[in-house]
Amino acid sequence: MIIGRVIGTVVSTHKHAKFEGAKLLLVQPVTLDDQPKGPALLAVDGVGAGIYEKVLLVIEGRAAAEILGRKGAPVDAAIVGIIDAIDVDPALVA
Amino acid sequence: MQLARVVGNVVTTRKDENLAAVTLLILQPIAPDGTDMGRTLVAVDAAGAGVGERVFFVRGKEASFPFHPVEVPTDAGVVGIVDHWSLT
Repeated sequence: MIIGRVIGTVVSTHKHAKFEGAKLLLVQPVTLDDQPKGPALLAVDGVGAGIYEKVLLVIEGRAAAEILGRKGAPVDAAIVGIIDAIDVDPALVA
Repeated sequence: MQLARVVGNVVTTRKDENLAAVTLLILQPIAPDGTDMGRTLVAVDAAGAGVGERVFFVRGKEASFPFHPVEVPTDAGVVGIVDHWSLT
């Protein structure tokens, strides 16, 4: 799983049926010191995350489909948690 | 999933039979500010998207799920057409 920050919302009315009622958020993956890293991606929101919140993302289809509650959904990323705090021993991080 | 622009389509007549009757679109992934990002790719279309439209696509085996039970050999599939998105 990776850490990301919610940067926006996406509206799509014409989409695959299994996305019905799913909330789609734009998430920018960030490093441990909160710097953007890598391409922003779309994730299904499973926990009601809001804009700017730091979130925990799962980047795998089966897990993401579980969050969406629909087996076999064509989805590959989902927000599974809202991060309150991260503490890291700076000596251990490159 | 990732945002992308549909920039074209691909026609192939000699192909795996599971790809028959599947539309192949050329996608240019884009960043949230709309600028192009990374290489173009070919994706199967499960949302009825047209050239020029902005879409979102899924990567991996999940891209073949919309065509179940046909085992479409693909690793990317358009699953939604984006009306608009808002950035903070």
